[in-house]
Amino acid sequence: MSFDTISPGDAFKLGVLGSVEKRSLDAPRRPVLGRAVLPNGRELTPPARMTLRKQLREKISAAFYRHGLLCASYPVPIILFTSASILTCCYPLLRLPLPGTGPVEFTTGVRDYSVPSHEPQGDLGERPDWYRGPPVAYIQQVLVKAAVSPWDSSLVPVDVFRSPLGRVFSLLEEIRNHVHSDSSGIRSLESLCLQVTDLFPGLRRMQSVLPEHGCLLVSPGNYWQNQRELFDSDADLLKTIQKHEPKGLHTSATLRDLLFGVPGKYTGVSHYNRKRVVTYTITVVLSSYDARFLGSLRARLKQLHPSANCSLREDHMVHVHFKEEIGIAELIPLVTTYIILFAYIYFSTRKIDMVKSKWGLALAAVVTVLSSLLMSVGLCTLFGLTPTLNGGEIFPYLVVVIGLENVLVLTKSVVSTPVDLEVKLRIAQGLSNESWSIMKNMATELCIILIGYFTLVPAIQEFCLFAVVGLVSDFFLQMFFFTTVLSIDIRRMELADLNRRLPAEAGLPPPKPGPLRPREVPPPPRPSPHTITLQTPAFRNLRLPKRLRVVYFLARTRLAQRIIMVGTVIWIGILVYTDPAGIRTYLAAQVSEQSPLGDPGGAGLPPHLGVAPVFRGGDPTSTLSIHPAPDPTPLPENQSQGHHGPARAGLLPQAPPAVPQITWGAEDEEGWRRLSFRHWPSLFSYYNITLAKRYISILPVIPVTVHLSPQEAIETRHPQDTRHPPPPIPKVSADLQTDLTLYKVAALGLAAGVLLVLLLFCLYRVLCPRNYGQNGVSHGRRRRGDLPCDDYGYSPPVSEISPLLLRGHSMDIECLASDGMLLASCCLAGQIRVWDAQTGDCLTVIPKPGLRRSSSSSGCWEQRDGWDGVGGATEPECLCSEAHGSYVGIDGLSEEEEGYPLRRRTAPIRPTLFNDQPDLTPLIDTNFTSQPPSHLLSTPPRAGFDFGGLVERAYMEHEPPSPSAYTSPSSASSSPPTGAQLQRRPSLGDIAAALPPERAPSSGPQADWESSVWAMELRGNLIAAGRSSGKLELWDAVEGSLRCSNEDGVSGITALAFLNNRIVAARLNGSLDFFTVEINKPLCLLQYRGAPLRGSVPPSPCYSSEDVISCQLTRSVQCAHHKPITVLRAPPGGSSPAARTTPSGFIVWRTRVVSSPCRVTLEGSQPYTSTRQWFWRVEGRTAPSACGMSSQGAVSAMFTVTAATSPHWSAPPPASSARDWTTSSVSGTAAQGSNSTPYSRKRAAAPVWA
Amino acid sequence: MSLTLTAMSDSTVTSGRQQWSGSGQTLQPPRGPFISVITNRTTNLLIRGAMLFSVGVFLALVLNLLQVQRNVTLFPPDVISSIFSSAWWVPPCCGTASAMIGLLYPCIDSCLGEPHKFKREWSSVMRCVAVFVGINHASAKVDFANNVQLSLTLAALSIGLWWTFDRSRSGFSLGVTIALLATLATQLLVYNGVFQYTSPDFLYIRSWLPCIFFAGVITMGNIGRQLALYEYKFIQEKSHQD
Repeated sequence: MSFDTISPGDAFKLGVLGSVEKRSLDAPRRPVLGRAVLPNGRELTPPARMTLRKQLREKISAAFYRHGLLCASYPVPIILFTSASILTCCYPLLRLPLPGTGPVEFTTGVRDYSVPSHEPQGDLGERPDWYRGPPVAYIQQVLVKAAVSPWDSSLVPVDVFRSPLGRVFSLLEEIRNHVHSDSSGIRSLESLCLQVTDLFPGLRRMQSVLPEHGCLLVSPGNYWQNQRELFDSDADLLKTIQKHEPKGLHTSATLRDLLFGVPGKYTGVSHYNRKRVVTYTITVVLSSYDARFLGSLRARLKQLHPSANCSLREDHMVHVHFKEEIGIAELIPLVTTYIILFAYIYFSTRKIDMVKSKWGLALAAVVTVLSSLLMSVGLCTLFGLTPTLNGGEIFPYLVVVIGLENVLVLTKSVVSTPVDLEVKLRIAQGLSNESWSIMKNMATELCIILIGYFTLVPAIQEFCLFAVVGLVSDFFLQMFFFTTVLSIDIRRMELADLNRRLPAEAGLPPPKPGPLRPREVPPPPRPSPHTITLQTPAFRNLRLPKRLRVVYFLARTRLAQRIIMVGTVIWIGILVYTDPAGIRTYLAAQVSEQSPLGDPGGAGLPPHLGVAPVFRGGDPTSTLSIHPAPDPTPLPENQSQGHHGPARAGLLPQAPPAVPQITWGAEDEEGWRRLSFRHWPSLFSYYNITLAKRYISILPVIPVTVHLSPQEAIETRHPQDTRHPPPPIPKVSADLQTDLTLYKVAALGLAAGVLLVLLLFCLYRVLCPRNYGQNGVSHGRRRRGDLPCDDYGYSPPVSEISPLLLRGHSMDIECLASDGMLLASCCLAGQIRVWDAQTGDCLTVIPKPGLRRSSSSSGCWEQRDGWDGVGGATEPECLCSEAHGSYVGIDGLSEEEEGYPLRRRTAPIRPTLFNDQPDLTPLIDTNFTSQPPSHLLSTPPRAGFDFGGLVERAYMEHEPPSPSAYTSPSSASSSPPTGAQLQRRPSLGDIAAALPPERAPSSGPQADWESSVWAMELRGNLIAAGRSSGKLELWDAVEGSLRCSNEDGVSGITALAFLNNRIVAARLNGSLDFFTVEINKPLCLLQYRGAPLRGSVPPSPCYSSEDVISCQLTRSVQCAHHKPITVLRAPPGGSSPAARTTPSGFIVWRTRVVSSPCRVTLEGSQPYTSTRQWFWRVEGRTAPSACGMSSQGAVSAMFTVTAATSPHWSAPPPASSARDWTTSSVSGTAAQGSNSTPYSRKRAAAPVWA
Repeated sequence: MSLTLTAMSDSTVTSGRQQWSGSGQTLQPPRGPFISVITNRTTNLLIRGAMLFSVGVFLALVLNLLQVQRNVTLFPPDVISSIFSSAWWVPPCCGTASAMIGLLYPCIDSCLGEPHKFKREWSSVMRCVAVFVGINHASAKVDFANNVQLSLTLAALSIGLWWTFDRSRSGFSLGVTIALLATLATQLLVYNGVFQYTSPDFLYIRSWLPCIFFAGVITMGNIGRQLALYEYKFIQEKSHQD
C-alpha cells in the first residue's frame, strides 16, 4: 500500500480514524497509546529521545489508568478498605478531647511541690504557660472501698451498702477532727480547707445536700446532712440517693457523682451489686497546700484502715487546667473563617456537574477532605505528636490548604470522557488524563509546605506537619474513596440514562414471529418473565395531583426512612461519644475488676508528665483491654486480709466465692479521670467559682479499705431492710464469671463489629442507593425519572443478555435495519453490510456504488469487502472480484501478506473524501486488547515504509495461525463461514454473472457516490436504502445485488418504511412518496421470514433471485410535514386491512423539532385497532449543525401494545444490554446488538444526519 | 459574609438582567440600549463598589479584632469602648480602600488588554480570602522568635498567595505599589499620634505591615475581578442579544 498520494482529505480521514480509534470500546491501555499529544507509534518503535519528563508522565498516566480500572472494578471492597483505614487512622483521636473544650493537665511530683510563681519563668521545660500562681483549689480525695466480709447468706442485699455507707460518718469525723501539730503550729482541716459561702442562687434544692458556710467537703454523707442518726433512720437509702437525681437523660455531672466522687456505676450502691464492694470518696477541697498536714492525715487514715494490697502511687499530683469559655472576641474571627470555609466548599462543590447525584458527590468530596484531616491528626497522634494548636482554629486553614480542587478536577475529567465508553474505562481515562496535573500540584504543594516547615516556627511547623500528612491522606482518599464513589455515580448515571431512554426496550417480541399467530385474538400473555402488564400507561401523560406527587416523591426517595436512619446514626454516634450509659467504662470496669489486682495500666499509665489532654469518659488504656491478673495468688492474700478467716468460709458452702475482694488497681489511682470533665467545674460553679482559664491541683488519693463483719452489718440494719427480697443468688463461680465476662466482651465486640458493618452498609446504601455494578436492570430499586409505573415497585425482569460484537465497518454506523433475522447496517463510508442477527456473521457486503466502479484500479475496498463478505479469500465466488473479473481482492491481500504494497493507485483524485485513499481499515482493529492499533494511521504518510511485517504480525497476533495464508486472514470480525453462509454461496455464484448489467445503470451519475445512505429498511431479503440524493435502491440482502432503483425524487430520503408491497419514503422536504414494488415472478422461493402471508396479494417482499423487481412511484404526498420526517413506521406485517389498502393507514408521526436539546417529540397518532405498533421515541439531533456527536443520535425503542379502546401499555421484554446504546458511535464496530435472546430485537436507528 | 456576597452578586445578576430586559422591552427607540448600557454600567459599578466596601469593612473589623486580642495595636482608651474595639475610622478607611482596589484591578486589566483568566471562579476567591485571613491570623497569634522571622514568613506567605491566586504581573506591581503607599500612610498616621503599635520594629510600625497590605490588595483585587466578571458577562450577553 502506498502513502504517496495521500491528500489533505486523507489526512482528514486519518484524523477521523484516529478519533475513531480514540473512541473505541475496549482499549484498556489506550490512553497510553492513543494520547493525541504523544508521538504516535511509540509503542512499536519508541523514539530514542523521550525525555525523562515524558517518560515519567507516561508512567504516571499508565499507573493512574490501571488504578482507575481497579477502583471502578471493585468498588465495594475498595470502599470497605478505605473506610477501614479511615477508622484505623482516626482511632487515636479517641484519646483527644473535644477540640477547644477539653481541659489539659500537667503532672508534677508531690515531694518537691511548691506553689508556682506568678511570673513567667524562663524555660522550665514542658511547664505549660497556664501553670502559674496557686491553683483555685487542691482536691484531696479519700477513696473508700468497703465490703462486708465475708458475705453471709443470711445477709440481705441492703447490707451490701448500708453498713459500708455508714462508715462514712466515722471517717468524716476522723477527717474533720484531724489535727496536725508540729513545730510550726497546729493545723486542722478548718484552717486549710476551702471555705465556701452560699450556694449559687437558683440551686436551692441542693441546699440540703451541699455544704454551705464552711469547708467544702463532700461525701455521700451529705445525703443525710452528715448525721448518723438521719442515716440510721432512713428506711430506703437508695430512694434518698435517687431523690436528687435529675429526671431523664442526665448529664454526666450529677449530684450523685459529685457526692460519691466516682461514677455511679462504680459505687456499688445497689441491690444487685454482685461484687458487694461499695466505693465512694470523701472529697476535701483545700485552699492551701500543707504537705505535712496531708501526710499525717494520710498516715492516720492508712493506719486506721490499712489497705493491704494497695500499691497506689502517691507521688504525683495532677494540675488540671480548664479552658476559658470562648468569648465573642475570639468567636467572631473563628466564625468568619468558618463561614469563608463553607463558602469555599459551597462554591467548589457547586461546580460538580454532569453527575447523577450532585449532593452525593459533594458530600463525598467533603468527606474526603474532612476524613483526610482527621486521619492526619490521628496519624500524628499515633506517632506521638500531640496537637497543641487549637484544632478549631487551624482546621479551616487546613481544609483550604488541602483544598477540594483535585476532587473537582477528577470529576470534571471523568465526566468529560466520552460517554459511550464503559464506566471503568471512563474512570480510568479520566484519572489518567489528569494524573500529571494532580501529581504536579501535589508535588508543588508538598514543596511549599516543606518550605513552611523550615521556618522553624513551632506553630507553623506543626501546621505544616498536619498539612503534609493531610495532603498525603487526602491524596490517598481521593484515589481510593472518591474515585470509587465517582465510578459508582457514573455507573448510576449511565443506568439511569439507559432506563430513561429505554424505558422498556428489551426485546420486542421478534417481529418475525416464526409461528403464525392468530391475528385478531389479543396476544396471549407472553412468557411471563419478560412481560409484566402494568396498569395505565396514561399515567405517564397524566398530570398527577400535587400532593400525590409529593407522596410519590417521598415514597420514591424514601426520604422519611433515610432521615430517620441518618438521625439514628447521628444519635448513636452521639451516644457512643458522650457515653452517658458508661458502656466503655462499664466494660473497662468489668474487665479490670475481674482481675484481682487489676492493674491494667502498669505500663499503660505512666505518670502523665507533660501536657496531655484528659477527662475522657474512661481511662482509654484500660478500655476494652483485658489484662491478666498480675497477682497470681490473690486468694491467700485475701484470706490473710479477711478478719474472719477461712473458717467461716469453710462452714458455708457458698461462702468462698462470696468473699468480696477489695482490690486496688491503677484505675483507682486517678479515679477522678473516670468522672466527667465537667465534674469539677460544676462543683465549683455551685459556689459561683469559675475554673475557666484557671487550674486545680488534684492530690493523690488516700485509699481506705474497710472490712465490716456480718455482725456489724446486721446491727446497722434498718428494720425495713429485710423486707426486700433477696436477689437471685449468683450461681456462677467466680472464675466462670470471669469467663463469662470475657465472653460478654467478645460478644459485645462481635456485635459491635456486626453493627459497624451494618451501619457502613446502610450508609453506603444511603449514599449510593442504586445498584451500580450489575449491567442490566436493578431489582427493587427504582429510578427517578422512570415511568411512573416504576413508582409502584416494578422493576423489569432481567434476562441474561450478552452483547454480540459485529465488527467490520470502518466508519460510524449511520443506519441500522433489521427484521429479526437479518441486520443491515450502513456506515458513513456508504458500505452496507448484512449480518446474521443470530450468529453475528457478516453475510453480505454491499460497498458503496461509486467505489465499485472504480475498483478495478484501486481495489482496496473490494478486497476488503471480499474478505468480509464471503469470509475467505479462497472463495472464488467472492462478490467483488468475481464481478469485475479481476484478481484484486485476493491479490491485494497476498501482496500485503508478502510484505510489499505493490499496487500503486493510478486513480485520479476524486471529489469524495474517503474513496481515494488506500484502505487502511483492515489494519484498524478495534480489538485493542491484543494489538497496537494506531501506529499506521497516525504515521505521517510517506512512501517507503514497510508495513508488510507489521500487517502480517498484526494478523498473526490476532488470528490463530491458519494453514493457508489465504484462508480468512482478514478481519477480526468475520467469523469462520457458517453453514448458512456455505449454503448461500452457490446462490452468490449464480447471481454473480448477472450483476454487472444490473449495476451498470445504477452507476451513472457522478452524484451517486457522493450521496450517502440516509435511511435503510430491511424486509425479507430486500434492503431498501434511501440516499441523500433522493434515490431509492432495493438491494438483495443475501446476494448483495442491486435489484432496482428509483430516482424519481431529488430530495433526500430521510425515512423508509415497508408496507407489504409498498415502500414509503419520507423525504427531506417533508413529502411522502409511496413506491410500489412489483415482482414479476409471483412465486416465493425463499422462505418468508417477515409477516405471514395472507390472501392472494403478495403481501410482503418475498423474492427469489430470479425475480425481476421493479419499483415505481405510485403516489406522492407533498408537504405531508413541514419539517423533515425523521421517523416513519408502518405496522409490522401489515396485518390491518386498512393499512394494506390505503396509505392513510400509515402511522405517520408528526415530528416536531424542539429547539431545545435535541429531542423530537411525538404527537398525534391515529388509533389503530388491534395492531401492534411501535412507538418510537427519538432522541437525536435533527440538524447536523447542532449535532456535536453523532453518537448522541441514539434511539430508544419502546414496544407497546395498544388495544382498541383502552390504551394498554405493556412492559417490554427485558432491555437489551446497555451496550446497545453505543452502537452508532463506535466505528469499526458495525453494531453491537444483543441478539442472543429471541426477544431482543435489532433496533433501527433513526437517521443521524451527518 | 460570603453568603451575603453571593446573594448580592446573584441579585446583581438578576437585577442587571431585569434592567436590561426591561429596558429592552420598554425602550424600543434607538437610544434605549445606549441608556440601558450606561445605567447598567454605572449601577454595576456602584453595586460592585458597595459590595467591595462592605467586604473591606467586615474584614477590617474581624482582622482588627485579631490584632486587638494580642494587643498589637493600641487605640486611645476612649475609643476602645466603641463597638468593635477599634477606632471608628478604621473600617471605613479599609472599606474605601478595598473598594478602590477592587475596582482598580479590573480597570487595569481592561486597560492593559489582558483580562485575568487565571482561576476565575468563586471557590478560588473564597480560598484566597481564607488564606488572607489565615495570614492575618498567623501574624497575630503565632509566636515567632523575632520580628524578622515573622516578617519574612509573612512575606513568603503573601507572595505565595499572589502566586497561587493571581499570577499576573499587573497584580503584583499594583499590589506592591499600594502596599508601599499604605505603609507610608500608616507611618504618617502613627507619627502623628493617631494610634500606635505596642512594639514597633520598623520605624513606627510593625515590619510585617507591608506584607499584610500586599496580601490584602491581592485579595481585594481578586474579589473585584470576580465581581467584574459579571459585568463582562452582561456585555457579552448583550452583544449576543444584539
